[in-house]
Amino acid sequence: MTDLNALAYTEEHEWLAIADGVATIGVTDFAAEKLGDVVFLELPAVGTEIAAGAVVGEIESTKSVGELYAPVSGTVVEINEAAVDDPSLVNAEPFEGGWLIKVSVAEDAADGLLDRDAYVALTEG
Amino acid sequence: MTQARFTPLRERHESLGASFTDFGGWQMPVRYTSDLAEHHAVRDAAGLFDISHMAEFTIEGGDAPAYLDFALAGRLSTMTVGKAKYSLLLAEDGGIIDDVIVYRLSDDRYLIISNAGNRDAVGTALRERASGFGTEVEDVSDAYALVAVQGPASAAIAASTEGIADVAVAWSEQKYYAWADASFLGEPLLIARTGYTGEDGFELLVRSEDAVALWDALLVAGASHGIVPAGLAARDTLRLEAGMPLYGHELSLSTKPAQAGLGRVVAADKETFVGKNSVAPAEGSRVLVGLTADGKRAGRAGYAVVDEDGTALGEITSGALSPTLGHPIAMAYIDPASAEAGTSVFLDVRGTKIPATVTALPFYRRTK
Repeated sequence: MTDLNALAYTEEHEWLAIADGVATIGVTDFAAEKLGDVVFLELPAVGTEIAAGAVVGEIESTKSVGELYAPVSGTVVEINEAAVDDPSLVNAEPFEGGWLIKVSVAEDAADGLLDRDAYVALTEG
Repeated sequence: MTQARFTPLRERHESLGASFTDFGGWQMPVRYTSDLAEHHAVRDAAGLFDISHMAEFTIEGGDAPAYLDFALAGRLSTMTVGKAKYSLLLAEDGGIIDDVIVYRLSDDRYLIISNAGNRDAVGTALRERASGFGTEVEDVSDAYALVAVQGPASAAIAASTEGIADVAVAWSEQKYYAWADASFLGEPLLIARTGYTGEDGFELLVRSEDAVALWDALLVAGASHGIVPAGLAARDTLRLEAGMPLYGHELSLSTKPAQAGLGRVVAADKETFVGKNSVAPAEGSRVLVGLTADGKRAGRAGYAVVDEDGTALGEITSGALSPTLGHPIAMAYIDPASAEAGTSVFLDVRGTKIPATVTALPFYRRTK
């Protein structure tokens, strides 16, 4: 199991696991549940430069379309093809098999992101 | 800001882990665990829906049949006792105030079930139109809860539900769009073979105070048949596949029945009824069509339908990736010149043009 306390979070309900200059990015269980069953993912291509705050993808559920915001700036180095093929992974394992993209980032990428306590407080607000 | 209303089944939904959404001023379960699983359960086995937010009116006394022929678009006077009929409440200008189901309870007594969000508008229109007929219109919504069992296992489940008794018409003899008197725990129960999913099923009208007991009894009876509680998200994809209109999406005050493909609901040869003189749509009015596309990206309500050059042809009113069919489906109002089945059009999905084909409704029809 992923240690949720070790992740960084955003107000847009994304999580990041940052290690060795690469941020693995997904959406939280809270977001997955709000969306409903995810049926389609549109993710940026490997090699795309993304800027923090920009919309870089889409997460469609049966009921709605959610936008994927880049939580940090960097270059996309990998996308989760398994989740593109089977978007239900986002609902089933949002913090594990349902990750979305990996982005190469600067050392201070986590600055300004939320820790677990701050994120939980946000979702309970 | 009016207080959000909850049905008598609120605590049941909460303990089942439902997410809630506002619908017509009501806080209703949108899903319990997975809207896709709930959708498939209704197609394959059965789903249990709380639709207690819907409004009920009794129509009684005076010349009730003549009153309804005047107040509604259809001909209700010739409907036999025991039957139900889909109808429309039109405005003077021919627009649609609501779509309703009318049940004939006796010679001079009818039940009308309308959409939750239109409860006040329907009540006002029905009362206004009653003068001169000596007919009483009563909003009885608060006294009743309505639950729907939908899916191929519905009849087996309802027939084995503890507490349901005195069913006036044998389950196997109950016809689609008909109703039967029954009792639940000794109190009156109305069983209608109607629904909003495209599957066989029943809608059960029960006293509000017995709603929880009926809900529980249906879940117990349905357990071995695979029943699951199902929310509004599944209800919406189910009705969309079945090509059924939703007020506020396919139907509105600015929609004429024929545009929505509901010309058959209007008995235009009646001598008089509200909306009669304006019921025909203007020449060239957009009409409701089905659209299908390949891939997984669905057109959504409000998205434009365009031609190859990007010129607008119409607008989507409901759309989703069809859980049963596996490809995107949508309903849209479209210029008549492009409305023929087989016409190739494009959906403007947030700036991307997705090829789509006009198709006859419904998208899904159950095999009997």
